[in-house]
Amino acid sequence: MDNLLLLFQAPPLALQLLIDGVLIGAVFALAAYGMALVWGVMNIINVCQGEFVILGGYVALHAVRAGVPALLGVPAAAIVLFAVGWIAYRAVIFRVVERDLFISLLATYGLSILLGQLMSLGFGANLESFDPGFGSWFLFDGVVTIAKVKVVAALVTLVIAALLVAFMRRSRLGQAIRATAQNARAARILGVDTDRIYAMTYALNAAICGAAGALVMMIWVIQPFGGLIYTVRSFMIVVLAGLGNLPGVIVAALGLGAAEQFVAFILNPQLQIAFVFSALVVILAFRSWRLRRHRRYLA
Amino acid sequence: MILVRKVLPLALLALAVTAPFLLPAFRVELTMLWIMIVLALSWDILGGQMGYNSFGNIVFFGIGVYTATIVQIGLFHDVGEYTAAAGMQTLSFTPTQYFIGLFVGLAAAPLVAAAAAFVLGRALLGLRGHYFAIATLGLGIAAGELAAGWAYIGGSSGVQVPVYPGSLESGRLLLYFLSAGLGVATFAALRRLYATRFGLVLNAIRDDEDKAEALGLRTTRYKTIAWCIAATFLGLAGGIMGHIIGFIDPREVAFAGASYGVWMVLMAILGGKGTLWGPVIGATLFYAMRNLLWTYLFGWQNVAMGLLVVAVVVFFPIGILGWLKRRHPQIFLRGAPATREAP
Repeated sequence: MDNLLLLFQAPPLALQLLIDGVLIGAVFALAAYGMALVWGVMNIINVCQGEFVILGGYVALHAVRAGVPALLGVPAAAIVLFAVGWIAYRAVIFRVVERDLFISLLATYGLSILLGQLMSLGFGANLESFDPGFGSWFLFDGVVTIAKVKVVAALVTLVIAALLVAFMRRSRLGQAIRATAQNARAARILGVDTDRIYAMTYALNAAICGAAGALVMMIWVIQPFGGLIYTVRSFMIVVLAGLGNLPGVIVAALGLGAAEQFVAFILNPQLQIAFVFSALVVILAFRSWRLRRHRRYLA
Repeated sequence: MILVRKVLPLALLALAVTAPFLLPAFRVELTMLWIMIVLALSWDILGGQMGYNSFGNIVFFGIGVYTATIVQIGLFHDVGEYTAAAGMQTLSFTPTQYFIGLFVGLAAAPLVAAAAAFVLGRALLGLRGHYFAIATLGLGIAAGELAAGWAYIGGSSGVQVPVYPGSLESGRLLLYFLSAGLGVATFAALRRLYATRFGLVLNAIRDDEDKAEALGLRTTRYKTIAWCIAATFLGLAGGIMGHIIGFIDPREVAFAGASYGVWMVLMAILGGKGTLWGPVIGATLFYAMRNLLWTYLFGWQNVAMGLLVVAVVVFFPIGILGWLKRRHPQIFLRGAPATREAP
């Protein structure tokens, strides 16, 4: 709690936490957008979302270590993860798309275990990260430090988000994806190959996660079993924002990023994970309470 | 057939009683097997009978683990002092103290776990299927992390469970019969439960919750009670588990979502969810397979685990018993109502 006093004594510190949190939150928004996409189009809650993020981080890490410029790691991870997502769809997901949520939840949960374990075997269980060496800005006599790489990551996120929105609005495929989300049966009657749309959607989601992971690898750390927390963050953001609400997703993601930074600073950095998972439970409990009130009015 | 139905359970019961003497080398494994059966059976209350997928039942198991041990220590010593000593046996227990502590602890574990299930159920069970599933996913990990951050109960370095005062063999036998008793009691209790109106309500919630609610059933209340029942058994299983392992690590033993937490789901589905014998068969098969084959996998055990989950869920979601019922309905579908003729 001493750190709380510190925040009041040195307000620039709060600014530091806010900036860090918002910049990291931008990356959360990407993964959350992907989750909302799969959820909305395929009615699947993709539990292995976080593993895709981490896998993207590893792909980018190895690309960068092999000599690829740091920022090109992002498209590299996206392309590899697109393939991974496609394979995952063709191997497992297409069998569970039209079945109930119980099965698809468990199937993606199994995929999440599988991917986590494979990554731990393939890449080792250590924490890994890569600093591209962009340097930092120092404000307020060095009290506030802004790593340039975080700003770059947030800008890259912005570019990806703009591309995605344009893709969904303008392109033929984007239209087909939206049509399938609205009504899969009607889309099929009108000549949309929904199986292909599902495959594209799932692969696209994996690619988005891969890009996010490449950014996480540069601004933070990755670890084979650190995937679940990204799944939970994405789910939390989507639940807070509501499906199909892009501005909501952005606000919720930035807010979550900032909240995490403040909690880690005020309480204890080790409690950050506990905070994320507890926040999920609290948010869902709140939702449950609100639903109950709503039901009472109906009764 | 009637002979088989009467004789088979008795034969199994006799086997359960004699097993630790017939196979003394596998006593610990057999004890664990009973715990696994309890885990699978109690997951199936929500997962199978009620159709609510819970990834977080491990929470109640962990609460049981901690409650039993902390109560046992706390009756005679200062808990903070004990955990601060971190395994150095500076504080010891006389045999009388140990046994009083053991049984008071094992009595407290299910109560605390059920109370936790009541509170969490009130908070979360207004949610439907998938929201609930993800909430429980968060719950399991949050609990582990919070336990690891709480220094009073040992924090991330864990707690040493008080050591059994008698000989090693007698201690193991005691634990075997405790867990076997719990396993049989759980099975018998659930058998009774599923035959009552309460069991039918659970099935109604699984089949169509809106309709059940429209028929005037207060579904949230039933769901919460069902979770409390599951938590009671899980809490007891956890309390015994602490003594079997002998050391409580918050993430690896108590809130072990990655091992026991996944296994209980897998075992119940493998055996056949929504059936009484299914979780028992699944747990036995899985645990035997795990112990026989695991060592040959050379570090790929957990990968095999993930593959198994995906394979079972995608290709074999009805489970062994479900498959048998489909193939041989005249043998395995006893008690199912015969097709009624139109009046």
